[in-house]
Amino acid sequence: MRPGSIFGTFKRDYQLWMMIAPAIAVIFIFNYIPMYGVQLAFRDYHFSKGLTGGDWQGLFYFKQFIDSYLFTDLLKNTFFISLTTIVVGFPAPIILALILNQIRRKKMKQLMQTTVYLPHFISIIVLVGMLNVLLSPETGIVGHIMKSIGLGHINLLASTSTFIPTYVLSDIWQHCGWNSIIYLAALSTVDPQLYDSAKIDGAGRWQTIRYIDFPALVPTIVILFILSMGNILSTGFEKIFLMQNALNLPVSEVIATYVYKIGIISNQFSYASAIGLFNTLVNFIFLFAMNAISKRVSNTSLF
Amino acid sequence: MIRQRLNGGEIAFRIVLSALCALIFLAIAYPLYFIVIASISDSTLVSTGKVLLLPKEISFFGYKEIFQDERVWTGYRNTVFYTTAGTLVNLLFTLPAAYVLSRREFRARRFIMFAFVLTMFFNGGLIPTYLLMKDLHLTNTPWVFILPFCVNVFYLIIARTFFESTLPSELYEAAAIDGCSHFVFFVKVALPLSKALISVIGLYYLVGHWNDFFTALIYIRDNEWKPLQIILRDILLSNQVFSGGAGTGGDSGGYAQRYADQIKYGVIIVSTLPILVLYPFLQKYFEKGVMIGSIKG
Repeated sequence: MRPGSIFGTFKRDYQLWMMIAPAIAVIFIFNYIPMYGVQLAFRDYHFSKGLTGGDWQGLFYFKQFIDSYLFTDLLKNTFFISLTTIVVGFPAPIILALILNQIRRKKMKQLMQTTVYLPHFISIIVLVGMLNVLLSPETGIVGHIMKSIGLGHINLLASTSTFIPTYVLSDIWQHCGWNSIIYLAALSTVDPQLYDSAKIDGAGRWQTIRYIDFPALVPTIVILFILSMGNILSTGFEKIFLMQNALNLPVSEVIATYVYKIGIISNQFSYASAIGLFNTLVNFIFLFAMNAISKRVSNTSLF
Repeated sequence: MIRQRLNGGEIAFRIVLSALCALIFLAIAYPLYFIVIASISDSTLVSTGKVLLLPKEISFFGYKEIFQDERVWTGYRNTVFYTTAGTLVNLLFTLPAAYVLSRREFRARRFIMFAFVLTMFFNGGLIPTYLLMKDLHLTNTPWVFILPFCVNVFYLIIARTFFESTLPSELYEAAAIDGCSHFVFFVKVALPLSKALISVIGLYYLVGHWNDFFTALIYIRDNEWKPLQIILRDILLSNQVFSGGAGTGGDSGGYAQRYADQIKYGVIIVSTLPILVLYPFLQKYFEKGVMIGSIKG
């Protein structure tokens, strides 16, 4: 770039600058200023001194968190819920896409797709509300079914052993269809000639799935898997928060809900920021680790 | 098409496939269908598990209660306003920016893109963001639903990729020779060519606003500004079904609970209806949206 050319292009491109200025302003104010405010995790919060004016405390609040009696439970719950979601929830859309891709009749495929995408658009409140009314042991339909097949009177939402399965399965129910879209898109790019030559070679449809469809999905799978590992400690706040009750709290209290309670409810801003930052750091370590592993193993990586 | 000969393997495959599809279809559609029939059936029959396939002893008690509940109306009005205004602002901020970032002659585009994408991976976290909103006096105002985070970087990338692939640079150059400025080109050429894109992104933003509950949970205290989702939480989860406050408990606890459930089924329908009405019209664009996004994403 020639020196001074920026001003030259600025004059030429001033309309472009005007069109992008609002977006720059909004991203700067609402994304970058809070990033700068992260130093709150290392400072005391003082109402009159603002976000970054308090006394420097170093790692005090991090130590407080690591030493707190809740630390291991929070970490364990967060890991366990996200790991279960990934292990059970990650393959579901892949399998669904492979199934949907096999449907030959166009109308049928359309109907299936319309149906499986639909739950994605239901709000989390409505989903948790549905769980509450459907799973209620006294009046819910699932409660009645469980009673009639002799499983007894269990409140699935209020027991520590059933909370996580309920959480994960309802998550799959809601998002599996939507998440399959990207795999379906990848399957639609497979060269049709491959299918024809497979047919000539006498391959059945199981073999086509095994040797053509699945390999076509592998790059997408790897990328999405790395991304989901990078979110290992960021379980969806909203759903867990809404599903929490006094009885399932021992397994349902996760870092995100704890940050909300400490920060927004009890106003311990510095402590809550430190916990939040700790969470982000762990996510990053996982993201980079997975990326490095995948680069070695499969030559696919995010960066 | 040549009709292929069916061998044993193919027949077995088709049976398994049909069975799986039927299972998936029922697992997803039945709970939704059940909510619909439960909301218009007699609540005693629903709560004793007698309503399974068809509505029985149709009663609109739940809906009557809902329509008399002032909270639901206020919430509805607020949500409709936040959704409309919010989506408009979203598009107004996102589309021009995406157009600019799609222009190859725009020198700063790589740097700006990088700075935008960075925010997808880094953020200040809940507390610094909350304190910033407080300092800006956005808490407890409708603005907090509309202005902050009105540019979603993921949708911005989708839009930019779309503009890059549908607007060849010769098109603008030709128009520029005729004295067409970027403003005019964007409004008169780029936007009319992007109806599919605007529908997809508009729908994503719209559903996001409609279902948004987090913003209100964190930033809104006054009942006056509460959106529908917060009211829904009160009704569905905190069991404050009747505006008077009587939900469960007391002598008539079981009785009240049955009616409460019918109101819950009804309120699920009432709050989800607008999305469900839009859904079939826009469904054909979803895949296109994901495809456009996945080229670069």
